[in-house]
Amino acid sequence: MTNNTLLESLHTLLGTKIVASEILHDTLVIEVTPNEAFNAIQMLKNDADLSFNFLTLIGAVHYPDEKDRELCVVYHLHSWKNAIRLRIKTYLPKDNPSIKSLTPLFDGANWQERETFDFFGIQFEGHPNMTRILNMDEMDYHPMLKQYHLEDETREDKDDRFFGR
Amino acid sequence: MGKIEDLEVINGEGYQLTTLDKAVALARSNSVWPLPFATSCCGIEFMATMGSTYDLSRFGMERMSFTPRQSDLLIVAGTISKKLAPVLKKVYEQMAEPKWVLSVGACASSGGIFDTYSVLQGIDRIIPVDVYVPGCPPRPEQIIDGVINIHKLVKHEPMRRRYSEEYRHLLGDYEIEVTNADNDK
Repeated sequence: MTNNTLLESLHTLLGTKIVASEILHDTLVIEVTPNEAFNAIQMLKNDADLSFNFLTLIGAVHYPDEKDRELCVVYHLHSWKNAIRLRIKTYLPKDNPSIKSLTPLFDGANWQERETFDFFGIQFEGHPNMTRILNMDEMDYHPMLKQYHLEDETREDKDDRFFGR
Repeated sequence: MGKIEDLEVINGEGYQLTTLDKAVALARSNSVWPLPFATSCCGIEFMATMGSTYDLSRFGMERMSFTPRQSDLLIVAGTISKKLAPVLKKVYEQMAEPKWVLSVGACASSGGIFDTYSVLQGIDRIIPVDVYVPGCPPRPEQIIDGVINIHKLVKHEPMRRRYSEEYRHLLGDYEIEVTNADNDK
């Protein structure tokens, strides 16, 4: 199965749920709306021919300049049967971003969604334990959002000139 | 007058005199029980220091203690994330007095290259440190040098320092209580 034949099958299966599609680094990428993401992934998993039954990764990207599309949630799916990968993107606004959790479909989504919440503040509705996973519990912000500095803000002994800032 | 390992002693016919706290300090310095708190590459260097080539046992440190209750020297080797900081502090609090801390490597001493939101910028933000070993990671020779500097501190520390107001004040700055100091007053 190639990316092009996959895209044809996806159009047949998902129809208008696909907002956009492109091929990036030899992998097919489709965009769906946040409301349809869960259903689309469920259909892809349950489809006997496509059989995208392995969730490789859930992640997110912050695009601060794209209005009402600031946060992009990315799902990587893998079909063992057809030996092909698929990326699904969906865009959320930055205020109270939330999307339906994939935990009913994939148990492996549990920690990945917690990580995405930890770093980007995206709420996954229906997740059994939507708490931080990697950062300390007392942290009061989501550090991968680009308005926050990467560096530790509490240091006073560093001269910015020597660190290219 | 004579000397045992640079401690002043008075020699007489069949006896040798020194003060109790010097004798105790000498004994302590020659049998420091370390607790290795190793998290990354500095920990690997520390393992080499413990191994047969560099052989930390030569300095009376035969026994690595993996319980804080039975150790004198906390050796922190490696990056300490902010999430791990309370654990490290708890380990320090659980150690019995007297206790010393050796900070091995750039990360434990200052955060090192990890100037980032998730990493503690030096363990001296949560616990008092006696000796810092620089390096990224330091060679075993440097770690041994740090240990010998700890020995010097131990050897010249008065027995009552741990009961002093200054010491209470120091730990108070870190919001740590002096635990068992009253027991042997």
